[in-house]
Amino acid sequence: MADSFNFELVSPERLLLSAQVTEVVIPATEGEMTVMANHAPTMTTVKPGVVTVKMADGKSERFAVFGGFADILPTGCTLLAESAVHVDELDPSVLENRIAVVRAELEGAGDEKKTRLEQFIAELTKLGEIVIPA
Amino acid sequence: MPSLKDLKNRIASVKATQKITKAMKMVAAAKLRRAQEAAEAARPYSQRMAAVLANIAQAVGADDAAPRLMTGTGRNDTHLLIVCTAERGLCGGFNSQIARHARDHVRKLLAEGKTVKIICVGKKGFDILRREFASLIIDRVDLREVRKIGFENADRIGHKVIELFERGEFDVCTLFYSEFKSVISQIPTAQQLIPASAGPVAAETESNSAIYEYEPDAAAILSDLIPRNISVQIFRALLENVAGEMGAKMSAMDNATRNAGEMINKLTLNYNRQRQAQITKELIEIISGAEAL
Repeated sequence: MADSFNFELVSPERLLLSAQVTEVVIPATEGEMTVMANHAPTMTTVKPGVVTVKMADGKSERFAVFGGFADILPTGCTLLAESAVHVDELDPSVLENRIAVVRAELEGAGDEKKTRLEQFIAELTKLGEIVIPA
Repeated sequence: MPSLKDLKNRIASVKATQKITKAMKMVAAAKLRRAQEAAEAARPYSQRMAAVLANIAQAVGADDAAPRLMTGTGRNDTHLLIVCTAERGLCGGFNSQIARHARDHVRKLLAEGKTVKIICVGKKGFDILRREFASLIIDRVDLREVRKIGFENADRIGHKVIELFERGEFDVCTLFYSEFKSVISQIPTAQQLIPASAGPVAAETESNSAIYEYEPDAAAILSDLIPRNISVQIFRALLENVAGEMGAKMSAMDNATRNAGEMINKLTLNYNRQRQAQITKELIEIISGAEAL
């Protein structure tokens, strides 16, 4: 059995999860990464997506996060999410609202910002497809 | 000398007031507990954020790559003050304490010949500061409709501040709020947001400064992190404020209830004394009337 390490998922409002886990899949901006025990110290920004956590007792949990960043140490991993919810509790309408807000922002945004926002929408949409069973 | 009926009315009205203040105290106590929980729940995030920020700031160092939000504009001419107060009164000196602290600061800055701009969060602070510095207030944020302060509220203020900064509207930003020490003690505090001061935190976290890999590079993370940190600091300030407000309200209402109790006792004593005096008077009249026969 793989070694376990301490994983913490924190949003500004509260500490969502603090547990011993064996494996965490983080949607980093440079591509998804799987963190296991004794990972090299890394700091990365996180894009909107699903975080999959494999608990030390074999259970697996999924959380939807909306951006943030992760602080990875050999002994543990902290994910500071801008906003995070358990996948089961995610309300599809909330997601749609978010997309609508970004769309509204898209109007009249500069070129550079536009690309960024469009990417953001794509990420959100993808997140929606994963989370909400069609 | 008030008549017996007057006294009776007076007692009834004080009793009604006491009931109200007691209920308000109870409500404040319940809200305080929730606010405290919220403030405590938010603490891990801001702590980790500070640690991470200090770590990266160290890595980037005084490099030119450090974003301007961190280093400031290099000038010190225009100050932006964000004054966070409560939306409602009846909480003792809570609002006026913060406002006084901010006012002293404004006066000091004005005396030094600096330009001052104020953003008011919360109605009460606006009401107080408007009297003296109406022309300096550039914006106010109303949180009256907000039942429970979420991160979005703070984030919106944060974005506004950053936007102003990027337009070069100010050089230094200071946040005024009340730090929640305990139910009876809230300390009005000023905290500098821009340029970010990571000084004391950096020293604390030095011990675990491992060599990190950054993905993307450290400067990119830092430029993503600092705006977020500003929102987080504002969020924390708002939460502390809510807890402080409820604490202050609770003790203010507790005092009011006690004062009303004292007043009722005094009035009741007065009432009884007068009633007795009247009975005695009537008895004397009857007895002397009977004796005269």
